[in-house]
Amino acid sequence: MTDPAAAVEPGVDVHEHAGVGDPNAHHSPEQIRKEMKVYLTVFVGLAILTAVTVGACYGLNLPVHQAILVALIIASIKGFLVAGFFMHLLSEKKVIYGVLILTVIFFIFLMTLPISHHANPFGS
Amino acid sequence: MDAHASAGHAELEIPYNVHPRPDTGLYNGKLGVWLFLASEVMLFGALFSSLILLRTGAESWPRGYEFLNVKLATFNTFILILSSVTVVMAWSHLRLGDLKKGRIYISATVLCALIFLTAKAFEYSHEFQEGRFPKTNNFLAIYFTMTGLHGLHILGGVIVFLYFLGPGAKMWAKEPERYTNRIEIVGLYWHFVDLVWIFLFPILYLM
Repeated sequence: MTDPAAAVEPGVDVHEHAGVGDPNAHHSPEQIRKEMKVYLTVFVGLAILTAVTVGACYGLNLPVHQAILVALIIASIKGFLVAGFFMHLLSEKKVIYGVLILTVIFFIFLMTLPISHHANPFGS
Repeated sequence: MDAHASAGHAELEIPYNVHPRPDTGLYNGKLGVWLFLASEVMLFGALFSSLILLRTGAESWPRGYEFLNVKLATFNTFILILSSVTVVMAWSHLRLGDLKKGRIYISATVLCALIFLTAKAFEYSHEFQEGRFPKTNNFLAIYFTMTGLHGLHILGGVIVFLYFLGPGAKMWAKEPERYTNRIEIVGLYWHFVDLVWIFLFPILYLM
């Protein structure tokens, strides 16, 4: 199979994930315009999800634990959209993933601290 | 090496400002801003952890939606999402070589940020008028701490964007690619601030 990269100007990135290419590579104007359409689509998705969050938690009068679950799931999807598309984490370099994996490990540790506090049998 | 140190050029150039380092595949500013964002995750993470600790340890916990202005916060969420898309559009137009449109979108981002801060100031003023202060209870203490710190981050972003609209824009004439990179990394910071609000909004206002 022919490498599509060989058919275009050297240094121009043709590899992309979900419509967004490697932000560190040179892109053709067509690719950049295509990415702008992806950004606008993501924006519409984020706006709809915000309305859904408010509707689900505020309008539907869900029980508290269900409302928390729904709100956190929608917030996580929105977070994925912002990080993946606007921050280009879907197509970034390995060194950034390395930094973020370390950050996530420490973040999970921070979030489990309150749980360990309540589970501490020696706590006063 | 990225710095083209020509003969007789006495000024020391910082390497890899524009082109990526061969080992990381990134220009230095971008790696730097990601390391900074990692530290920011831990800063806000500590506050989220405190919120969980306070909430799970409390016998009763106020519901934000019972007294906070959910409509205004929803409006602010839309504004912040809009500002995220305007900054990424600014970066895209700069990559296309269109400084004029790039500046229009950066200005739109600043406008969104100012609208957000104005709405937040209105919210704070209403809370104070109602006698709700950080000292009132633990919920309000963590609410004012987290939204206040987030607001300071918005203000910081506005200052940086204004710099790149004003004196910082001179860089475009000599080094357009470097200027474009600067907008990209300010944009990364801005998206992070948006990301924090995406989680703050349901946790503080809707639960």
